[in-house]
Amino acid sequence: MAMTMTQKILAAKAGLSEVKAGQLILVDLDRVLGNDITSPVAIREFEKIGATKVYDKDKVTMVMDHFAPNKDIKAAAQCKMCRDFCNTHEVTHFYDVGRMGIEHALLPEKGLVVPGDAVIGADSHTCTYGALGAFSTGVGSTDMACGMATGKAWFKVPSAIKFVLKGKLNKYVSGKDVILHIIGKIGVDGALYRSMEFTGEGVAALSIYDRLTISNMAIEAGAKNGIFPVDEQTLAYVAEHSDRKPVVFEADADAEYDEVYEIDLGQIKSTVAFPHLPENTRTVDEAGEVVIDQVVIGSCTNGHYKDLAEAAEILKGRKIADHVRAIIIPATQDIYLKAIETGLVKIFIEAGCVVSTPTCGPCLGGHMGILAAGERAVATTNRNFVGRMGHVESEVYLASPAVAAASAIAGKIADPAKI
Amino acid sequence: MKFQGTVIKYGDNVDTDVIIPARHLNTIDVKELASHCMEDIDKDFHKKIKEGDIMVAGLNFGCGSSREHAPIAIKASGISLVIAKSFARIFYRNSINIGLAILECPEAAEAIENGHEVQADLDAGVITDLTTSKTFTTNPFPPFIQKMITNGGLVASIQKSDFC
Repeated sequence: MAMTMTQKILAAKAGLSEVKAGQLILVDLDRVLGNDITSPVAIREFEKIGATKVYDKDKVTMVMDHFAPNKDIKAAAQCKMCRDFCNTHEVTHFYDVGRMGIEHALLPEKGLVVPGDAVIGADSHTCTYGALGAFSTGVGSTDMACGMATGKAWFKVPSAIKFVLKGKLNKYVSGKDVILHIIGKIGVDGALYRSMEFTGEGVAALSIYDRLTISNMAIEAGAKNGIFPVDEQTLAYVAEHSDRKPVVFEADADAEYDEVYEIDLGQIKSTVAFPHLPENTRTVDEAGEVVIDQVVIGSCTNGHYKDLAEAAEILKGRKIADHVRAIIIPATQDIYLKAIETGLVKIFIEAGCVVSTPTCGPCLGGHMGILAAGERAVATTNRNFVGRMGHVESEVYLASPAVAAASAIAGKIADPAKI
Repeated sequence: MKFQGTVIKYGDNVDTDVIIPARHLNTIDVKELASHCMEDIDKDFHKKIKEGDIMVAGLNFGCGSSREHAPIAIKASGISLVIAKSFARIFYRNSINIGLAILECPEAAEAIENGHEVQADLDAGVITDLTTSKTFTTNPFPPFIQKMITNGGLVASIQKSDFC
């Protein structure tokens, strides 16, 4: 029976010759991930199970990124709980302040995910690694606990939606605009329970970082995972970052899809998601006059070096509007260092921005840029729900790094092509 | 498993950030989490919920973050069952894993109103609105999941060596 790319990986990891949509299977895991928010609950459940050791100390991974550097005493206690657990169980991949980055930027950079892997993470944006041709999905803390104890997770095999990409992106348009465009089209539950499989000649024209951003927000359409085929760019990226051997899976030519969408990348414009759902999209030229108080450029969605470089290109030699606070957050220490070495940080500071250590911080209203009642932010983050970045009467507008940078200068939502 | 309770109703796309805002994720204390449940869209939720009450919601309930604190907070608030038109997938599996009863039934979620008295039979997939005397049926869970629920969740299943 013909299978999608996702189904091929799941079948292999379940030790089955084939699987079909709706089937319940038990999958062997190549990596089990948690952060400082979700791991403490998982550790409590792990202890309830009565497990004495983790299934593989090289595969369990914890990253202290959400409320780290510790934002308060309770956050400090949660990080300490993770640190103590990882020490006790000799977990190889424990990433603390100074070595950590935002988890979904850090794992690909450290070579911890390669094509063909099956990964669960107690963080909804774990779907990011689909960009590298892996099956990866977000789960809760109990799944993480059981994954740490047994190396397995249960799944219902998903059906899929196929997105056939063609053409290439115009200047100032990036992966963020592609995924916001798609979510605007299919809705926040448009891919509920299903895979989003990206294919077509347009894939080759997307950088790995654009793909990471697109897969990252598959969850914002309700999807189980968002996956790209493995091509030369993927293999080159993985060879640069990992010693592990990639295993390449391809969808069968006659695999069944619930729906097929054709997306012409050349037709996509800079796109903004208005409050309070990622599906409330408008192209930037239809945004109207939206005066803003804050800009955040960073997060697991858009904190890569490429994102910072795109923002810097616009901010270079300019000043942000007097009434705007612009917060730039490189997603990892390596990105941060490279941004210093190549002069991006100088550009940001001279423009009036602040540059932070890696953290999820403001994206989820944790710290490092919380909004007051009535305030508005343009953010390169992934969610604009009620209260997501602070007060319930604040507003978040999701956009690309280029739109965010242009908006910081204009003091209102602005088109990077026109600034 | 059977449930009976008074309904508290919400709309579509209730996300985990409003079920339990991230500013309260610096604790894993279930009582503290419950005390902040739904506060960003329903300030008095915690005060008005009685043990056994049933939550009814629209499409894509529990979308967003994977935080298990969300179903934990709902369960610890005293809610016995959540009926929705559809659930976001991570919330769905988290609920099963931690033993919060859920039922997906678009017809029931549409028809049942705030304050109605509702009875539900999880094994049979039958929901009765006692206020209007209307009955709704939905597919019961597949045996694999029913077994996990009967065992008391995923952790209990592993403890009983009934998982893998």
